[in-house]
Amino acid sequence: MAQILIKDLYKSYGETPAVRGINLTIDENEFVVLVGPSGCGKTTTLRMIAGLEHITAGEIYIGERLINDVPPRDRDIAMVFQNYALYPHMTVHENMSFGLRLRKLPKDEIGRRVREAAEILDIGELLDRRPKQLSGGQRQRVAMGRAIVRNPDAFLFDEPLSNLDAKLRVQMRTEIKLIHQRVRTTVVYVTHDQVEAMTLADRIVVMNDGVVEQVAPPQEMYDHPATRFVAGFIGSPAMNFLPCKLTGNGSGLSVILSDGIRLNVPANRESRYRDYADRDLMFGIRPEHLTEQRQHTNAEQQDFTCKVGVLEPMGIDTMVFMNIEGADVCARAAPRSVKGPGEDMMFTIDMQNMHLIDPESDRIL
Amino acid sequence: MADTSAATARARVSASRAGEKSRTSWLTTQLEDERVLGYVLLVPAFLLIIVFIAYPFALGVWMALTDKVVGQPGSFVGLANFAKLLDSDIFRTAAWNTVFFTVVATAIKAALGMWLAVLLNRKFRLSRVTRAAVLLPFIVPTVLSTLVWLWMLDGTFSVFNWILRWLWDLELSVFGLVVKEDFGYIRGPNWLGDPAWAMGSIIMANVWRGLPFFAISFLAALQTVPTELYDAAEIDGASGWRKFWNVTLPMIKPVAIVVVVFSFVVTFADFQLVYVLTRGGPYNSTHLLATLAYQISMHAGNLGEGAATALFMVPLLFVVIVLQLTYLRRIGVD
Repeated sequence: MAQILIKDLYKSYGETPAVRGINLTIDENEFVVLVGPSGCGKTTTLRMIAGLEHITAGEIYIGERLINDVPPRDRDIAMVFQNYALYPHMTVHENMSFGLRLRKLPKDEIGRRVREAAEILDIGELLDRRPKQLSGGQRQRVAMGRAIVRNPDAFLFDEPLSNLDAKLRVQMRTEIKLIHQRVRTTVVYVTHDQVEAMTLADRIVVMNDGVVEQVAPPQEMYDHPATRFVAGFIGSPAMNFLPCKLTGNGSGLSVILSDGIRLNVPANRESRYRDYADRDLMFGIRPEHLTEQRQHTNAEQQDFTCKVGVLEPMGIDTMVFMNIEGADVCARAAPRSVKGPGEDMMFTIDMQNMHLIDPESDRIL
Repeated sequence: MADTSAATARARVSASRAGEKSRTSWLTTQLEDERVLGYVLLVPAFLLIIVFIAYPFALGVWMALTDKVVGQPGSFVGLANFAKLLDSDIFRTAAWNTVFFTVVATAIKAALGMWLAVLLNRKFRLSRVTRAAVLLPFIVPTVLSTLVWLWMLDGTFSVFNWILRWLWDLELSVFGLVVKEDFGYIRGPNWLGDPAWAMGSIIMANVWRGLPFFAISFLAALQTVPTELYDAAEIDGASGWRKFWNVTLPMIKPVAIVVVVFSFVVTFADFQLVYVLTRGGPYNSTHLLATLAYQISMHAGNLGEGAATALFMVPLLFVVIVLQLTYLRRIGVD
């Protein structure tokens, strides 16, 4: 249990940079998820914390200790790998105790720790089996057991659920959360799945192209994304982005999406956006804030009409796709309220949840 | 319902085919049956095995039980040939030589092969070229490469001795010592002519030739070990040696065992190398069962006794192969 401090971390493979200057503090017992598309540098960062990858520049501290040149075995970390990386020729018990045996712990101590971890993970019956005789979910548990018995300063997870089928993945996700509540310790978890990030994290770190885009708790990340990349990455279906013009309309500001669609900016945002008036900007709205016409519950809800393109019924909602000035837009409507393709339909948009993006910096204003 | 309609359809198809030549359709139907086709496909290989392996082997067993010599029909003598061999010093020497030669050469090949494979498994400049080059001794026809060894180990012109002398002279000049006059020059061993060196020399040549097979097979096995296992072992606290003992070795054990057993069998029955280098000499110090069998049957013409000598290899190899098969079946079940 320790704090992890990452300072100006940089990694390149030859000429190709993989991680380009990361600063991050992970608190004691905190569950931090690194998320981003493939190639964004999240796994490389994790492997540098583990010591499996050489650090090109920058510093990593675990607790008070600078660990740049400390070999993995002396870092007091445990890691769960994507393919579990269980030793196929060892039984579950041997797999879990291998690290402890290498550290020459007394036999009864090893036995006690393995039994305790097996109990937490509910794999007590499997201790004499070989990995080949286990299901994917069971292997995943053993891999976690191997980490738990070590009682390390920090747990590192490298996409641990990506090899499981969809149903098991959801189940193991909940279980990882439960285990973290039982075995309080610092966790760094890498995934490309934003749902996993949202559900597990105390704080999410969104990475893209070797840099950190934003660090925030899940709800804050969802409500207040810092960049266009984060806004598009977190949330499913993804946020809609439409080119727009911001203009003054006498007393306030309005957003012009097309000839027919002109929306008033909420009064409490006017001071924030005033400097950007008369500029070409990007308008962002999540599908859940764009619905069939509803009775307005606040003053910032406004209606507009648009032609329906494609319908995708999800059961609980129906996704309505339409085209506004060349941009594809998705709305989330009640199943029985939607019109057929090609017909005009009235929508309600909640401008309280609008975002404006500066296309030059891609930052959310 | 469905069954009946399918049956009628089939009946209609066969009715429409009835017009074709009935013989062709019978053969086609037979060959479409996988059980029949399977046996048909096995026939060529089966014939080859009968003619070139089973028949000579049976003939060898029969000869071993007769007193056949070249040009004469032999008569049945029971186990007399075997009894005579067990009583002969030269046979016992050859049997011991074969076991010694096989065990030592295989052990050296396995150890060096593993070492070479681990080195070749690393990425370095020209690593692909090096991997290909390692195979060379294996590709050159054995008799040709062995003739080169014969030359290199020659009593008078041995290149090894030339190098030894050059090193000896070099050291003298480096230290400026004048022992040269006192000791003359170093002559180097008579590699193939001295009974004390001959066995070592043929083992050296055998290792040179057999090493690529070990190195490349081990290398192929090493490349199937997932790198994540090494990552996991490193985090578990394993040093380089530990990773080799606890991850690499157990992971490639199945392949390693097959390779070692295969090489054991081939080395045990080695003939060309010894025949070219020493013909079993000096003083039978390098005679193996294979060369002895050849000498008895081809040079002395005692085909019956020669066959008995060769047959002595069977029980030992049989044990080795049974052990291998048992092991493979056991890990297969796991």
